[in-house]
Amino acid sequence: MNTEVLIIGAGLMGASTALQLAMRGCQCVVIDKASPGRHASGSNAGGLRQLNRDVAEIPLTVEAARMWRHIESLVDSDCDTRFTGQLRVAENQSDLIKLQQRAELVRNMGYQHEEIIGKKELYQLVPSLSPHCVGGLICRQDGYARPYHALTAFRRKAESLGVHFQSATEVYHIEQSGKGWLVNTSCGDFKSNILVNCAGAWAGQLAELINEPVPLTPKALILMVTERLPHFVDPVMGAASRKLSFKQMQNGTLIIGGALVAGLDFEREQTEINWQQLATSAKTVLDFFPQLCNVRVVRVWAGIEGFLPDGIPVISASKIGNNAYHAFGFSAHGFQLSPVVGRILSQLILDDKSELPIEPFSIDRFSKEKQ
Amino acid sequence: MLKNHYQLLIIGAGPAGLAAAATVSGHGISCALVDEQPAPGGQIYRCSESVSEQRARILGDEYQRGKQLITAFRNSDAEYFPDTRIWSLSNQRQIGIIHQEHSKIITADQILVASGAMERPVPFPGWTLPGVMQAGAGQILFKSAGAIPGYGVVLAGSGPLLLLLAWQYMNAGVDIKAILDVTPLTNHLLALPKLPRALLAHHYLTKGLVYQKDLRRAGVITKLGVSALQATGEECLQTVSYHHFGRQHTIKTELLLTHFGIIPHIWLTQASGCDHWWDKHQKCCRPQHDDWGNTSIDGIMVAGDGAGINGARSAEHAGRLAGLQALYALGVLTEQARDEQSINDRKWMQTDCHIRPFLEAYFAIPDKLLATPDNDTIVCRCEEITAGQIRDAVANGHSDSNQVKYFTRCGMGPCQGRQCANAVAHIIADTGGQAVSDNSLFRSRPPVAPLTLAQLADLHEANSQ
Repeated sequence: MNTEVLIIGAGLMGASTALQLAMRGCQCVVIDKASPGRHASGSNAGGLRQLNRDVAEIPLTVEAARMWRHIESLVDSDCDTRFTGQLRVAENQSDLIKLQQRAELVRNMGYQHEEIIGKKELYQLVPSLSPHCVGGLICRQDGYARPYHALTAFRRKAESLGVHFQSATEVYHIEQSGKGWLVNTSCGDFKSNILVNCAGAWAGQLAELINEPVPLTPKALILMVTERLPHFVDPVMGAASRKLSFKQMQNGTLIIGGALVAGLDFEREQTEINWQQLATSAKTVLDFFPQLCNVRVVRVWAGIEGFLPDGIPVISASKIGNNAYHAFGFSAHGFQLSPVVGRILSQLILDDKSELPIEPFSIDRFSKEKQ
Repeated sequence: MLKNHYQLLIIGAGPAGLAAAATVSGHGISCALVDEQPAPGGQIYRCSESVSEQRARILGDEYQRGKQLITAFRNSDAEYFPDTRIWSLSNQRQIGIIHQEHSKIITADQILVASGAMERPVPFPGWTLPGVMQAGAGQILFKSAGAIPGYGVVLAGSGPLLLLLAWQYMNAGVDIKAILDVTPLTNHLLALPKLPRALLAHHYLTKGLVYQKDLRRAGVITKLGVSALQATGEECLQTVSYHHFGRQHTIKTELLLTHFGIIPHIWLTQASGCDHWWDKHQKCCRPQHDDWGNTSIDGIMVAGDGAGINGARSAEHAGRLAGLQALYALGVLTEQARDEQSINDRKWMQTDCHIRPFLEAYFAIPDKLLATPDNDTIVCRCEEITAGQIRDAVANGHSDSNQVKYFTRCGMGPCQGRQCANAVAHIIADTGGQAVSDNSLFRSRPPVAPLTLAQLADLHEANSQ
């Protein structure tokens, strides 16, 4: 099959990139070794979070937040977005000082989205919170969406503009062919002028195939979901000094996460839940909301995602091959960035420049460090 | 007190688990049997120990057989933990258990999963109305409490259990308004070639014929070849309607008990990652295992209906074989001793299984019925997802169970898709998605049984002590 752009990986980054390219009339094919959103894009917690991001990501996350606000005009679906705010809770004075320093840092960069709230406002926002907390850092424009729905909306909109998605197509071999690429897969050869690597946890293997290795580590992060409860909390909750990510969805279920790592057999794509970690997580939740002790956990799952050593992604043109681009290694916080990453990649591909600063996400930053 | 480690852990106190526990007794190994129910017997021999003599007679001699098995188990040296739930089973043989409301993770060298079967859920119009129940629920109420439907009952569906329950109800004096048998009449012909082999286990056939004769003699109406079964009512069930030889009929009733055969309870073997396969004759997913019950995972065995539907007698034999295999694996028995001691069970099991191909062909439920043709019918009761929504998702490119689940939330409720997994697989195949195959069911997600946040936090306490 011949195409102008071949995108490897039908997750959110791939679908978003395909959509942006198609909107500008560029022909794309998206292939995936499994099915769209099979791993991180379908199994993440759907957090729309600007709060507490790496400073390098702030310009991107602020623009992405603006795009999520108007997501329906982009993908014809609201992706079940809810803008309930995200909140990091301080349990003591030292937590609060840490959060205040963070707020100041962001303010000094010229951004207003993160603000400190005191104890009084905290308990107005979350009356059911255990009384020991002292304040928090909030981003009121944050919220969440339903990830698989968002992915489906991006994919279907892209399809309506002529993008072809093909599942069960595993890449075996990639070689430069003239100015373009020849990609050998389980479903035959693909020829393209431009190659885009959005392969999530498998992106490291693909980068290796074009001789551009990166220290990407696949990990499986655990989420658990409870039975439905009467509505009791609006904002997505985190904690200043403990691993916690906690939200109540529209349907009443609670989704609990917070960087809990499962055992992973990457070759076989099998994850093994570490119950001790979940126990710690359950205990953390009960420390903040003791009244939830009899709430039943109905399902636990782990999604496979790619992590980079500095915790921020690669969003970059290839530094060695012609016409190759990368967007991966979002280290479990890529969901919110996906609309803007698609746009940045489309600009790199079609305009050879990005409207937003992406130097920190360069693919050769790891090899530079070594020198 | 539940220990942290056993040489053999048996899950399930039905015929397979009970027989296995009795088999390994006296060999000096540490063995525990855990079971969800308050008393041993499983579904088939539920309350065998405590039931009145009169009720036992009504339930028939096959039921009374359970007493011997339970006595042998009670006399064994296995530790017994009733009212105990398993919520996790890993391929490293770590078992998450809730016992006396607290959770704990224990380990075992050998694990026998004897989790039995469940009734096949088949969604049809009106099946979620109060007053529509599965036949098994009717049996549980009768076995455990002697409760019978006071205002009459309609029985509908297909399979030996439907006939057995009708016969038991008849003995108990229940007003059976009708038996609506949805087995296609063409099945009789299709099953005919399997009849000669079935004659080798003719006591099953004889029993079936006796039940039918008794029911006829008692004037119970049986309609064969029924289709388009539908339950209707405002708040709860008021009428049952169906097609019979081209005509629509309606019966007034407050209770409809349905039965569409049984399928293995595979949620534990699935959770542990054992290989499973789709049995197109039994129309269910079942774990792969060898003659001894060994699955694809070292140290995890299966026996009884949880390994594939073969009935209570076979379950007992399989339980003994698995017990002997466990003793061999633990180094208690030599290979030769294991083989010698297993001769009778292997022989009887083989004989017993002769009936299966006939029963499977005779009671095969058409794929069309399994695929819930009516689009307004709710398939996932927990999340209230209809067959039509599932078909729409498939049409939108979500072509396997897991994608349909992600998209519709079908199977995401507290039952973890146990009630809808099979129906969803059939609907997807019927709509042109993935054909029903070895991995058509939802991917297994722990926990196998829900546990509370406090029970989960227990594990943290246990760890930090």
